Amino acid sequence: MGILEVKGVNKRFGGLQALSDVNLSVRENSVHAIIGPNGAGKSTLLNCLVGKLIPDTGSVMFDGQSVLGRKPHEINQMGISRVFQTPEIFGDLTVMENMMIPCFASRDGAFRMHAIEHMLDDKEIVERAEKMLEDMRMADKRHMHSASMSRGDKRRLEIGMCLAQEPKLLLLDEPTAGMARADTNNTIDLLKQISDERDITIAIIEHDMHVVFSLANRITVLAQGTPLVEDDPENIKGNPKVREAYLGETA
Amino acid sequence: MFGLNKKDSALLLLVAILTMMAPFILNPFPTDSGLAQFNAGYPDLMQRFVIFGIFAIGFNILFGLTGYLSFGHAAFLGVGSYSAVWMFKLLSMNILPAVILSVIIAGLFALVIGYVSLRRSGIYFSILTLAFAQMSFALAYSVLTPITNGETGLQLNLDDARILDPVNDSGSLPVTSLFGLEMRSSFDLAVGPWDFTFSVGYYVCAIFLLLAFYLAIRIFRSPFGMMLRAIKSNQQRLNYTGLNPRPYTLAAFVISGMYAGLAGGLLASMDPLAGAERMQWTASGEVVLMTILGGVGTLIGPVLGAGLIKYFENIFSKINDTVLHGWFSFLPDGIEDFLVTIIHPFVGKGWHLTLGIIFMLVVTFLPGGLVEGGQRIARLFRGKKTKDGADGAKTEPAE
Repeated sequence: MGILEVKGVNKRFGGLQALSDVNLSVRENSVHAIIGPNGAGKSTLLNCLVGKLIPDTGSVMFDGQSVLGRKPHEINQMGISRVFQTPEIFGDLTVMENMMIPCFASRDGAFRMHAIEHMLDDKEIVERAEKMLEDMRMADKRHMHSASMSRGDKRRLEIGMCLAQEPKLLLLDEPTAGMARADTNNTIDLLKQISDERDITIAIIEHDMHVVFSLANRITVLAQGTPLVEDDPENIKGNPKVREAYLGETA
Repeated sequence: MFGLNKKDSALLLLVAILTMMAPFILNPFPTDSGLAQFNAGYPDLMQRFVIFGIFAIGFNILFGLTGYLSFGHAAFLGVGSYSAVWMFKLLSMNILPAVILSVIIAGLFALVIGYVSLRRSGIYFSILTLAFAQMSFALAYSVLTPITNGETGLQLNLDDARILDPVNDSGSLPVTSLFGLEMRSSFDLAVGPWDFTFSVGYYVCAIFLLLAFYLAIRIFRSPFGMMLRAIKSNQQRLNYTGLNPRPYTLAAFVISGMYAGLAGGLLASMDPLAGAERMQWTASGEVVLMTILGGVGTLIGPVLGAGLIKYFENIFSKINDTVLHGWFSFLPDGIEDFLVTIIHPFVGKGWHLTLGIIFMLVVTFLPGGLVEGGQRIARLFRGKKTKDGADGAKTEPAE
């Protein structure tokens, strides 16, 4: 049994069958990559996992509980954090404030009224946020306006914010899309380090084969809304079906 | 001081000094000088300054922090006024229970309207609040006449119950008071050619403003305030960080509705009548203007904006052609008439035109409102020697 079990998921948009009978099992503490050509349904699948879309049929179980019918923030509180394709951070806030928000969310839940005390008086939260900034090697940027940072730094902050919640599963949607080579390699190193040091499962959607093969220890290939094959990276490279459907076109 | 950092304490102290010294500050011209008509230091206007300051501070908690633009806040002001007048009619002329009831009723009202309106965001939210406010106005104006006394407005009567007050057999209407201290009583101080008026009503309102301002600072600096700014910044991220934006925005909406209720209650406490026009959409628009003019999301901006608009409404509107002729009488006749003709549309009944031009200029050149203007001037004076000061200032959340 994996930590995330997707069974028989179908999703149709009008005449387009975006996902048909998708089965997926993500093992605990693995780095699982989901790859596939454009329009294969990768993003649709991801949106079904985080509550943005509801599948027409099928089940999505996380850690023994169904995620279907729950709102995004409830699914997040179950332990799934999501990193977006373009970094989604609180641009009007400072880096430190950005980091404090997930700390509050993981300690106090979806809503709690702290309207009178000063936000920096909460020692526990401040310590947690500062520790996370240090882990992300961003402590020197804590007072920066987060919107004015480089894209690589925003990505790093976003990943840090997700980790600050101590999730069981980290979902990444093309985390290196549009990045320069150096930033991509930094991100790969960061993710490697995270998966080595932390008790966390990572599921990653990615286009860049360099990223996929340097990180993943399990790969699912999606084509036209259906999983073609799920296997270890070495076997994926040699699989003729995969070559035909995907790698053959680009590699 | 009071759990605030140095900068915020200084700001609170500044507002305290400004409000306490307002009778002096707003009366800079000697009584019999030609400029005396620009004096704003009379109780009626000063009360308006602080009451609408409270209204704008509360509006800014919603609009400035969460970015949800409510176009129906006057409804809460009106509800507050009606509640207060009913308290004067039924319970007592003491303003304290009246103000408390105003805040509670406005809060409940905001809870209902907010619960429905906050299902949408952006322009749809604004339209929903506008619709609710206009519905409230229509109800107050006609349908609910037994409660609101329709277009005449709710007023005190001699035969009202007032169960806590002693029987009134003087034949005149009782006046509002705070434990015996009459709101309309005042004390004149003549210093040379100057005349300063200290009114009880004004100082009561000013103390409420200080409390409201202090509470707003605490909210701005709290984790709750940070969440509200996060909602304005990126709701998607907030959702995927396990936080539910809805209760946060609703709480902000209710708090700002309660501020409006307080302002409405105080308006009625100074002058115990309540009319439906207080809830009209123009009144809702006015508080939006005040906040934008002063500086959205800043602490002191809304108070400044409220002051400016009320000043224009009451002072500029009094300048008529006779006054203009008086000013330019030293010029040759032809030029005098010409100047009066040019200026005429901008003053008197045309004060809205001047206000509109100022609003346009501020929004175009100072998007941060009057507060940004102040900051720019301060930066000019501080000079170029402390250039890194600007970066240091950026790290603090917006004032």
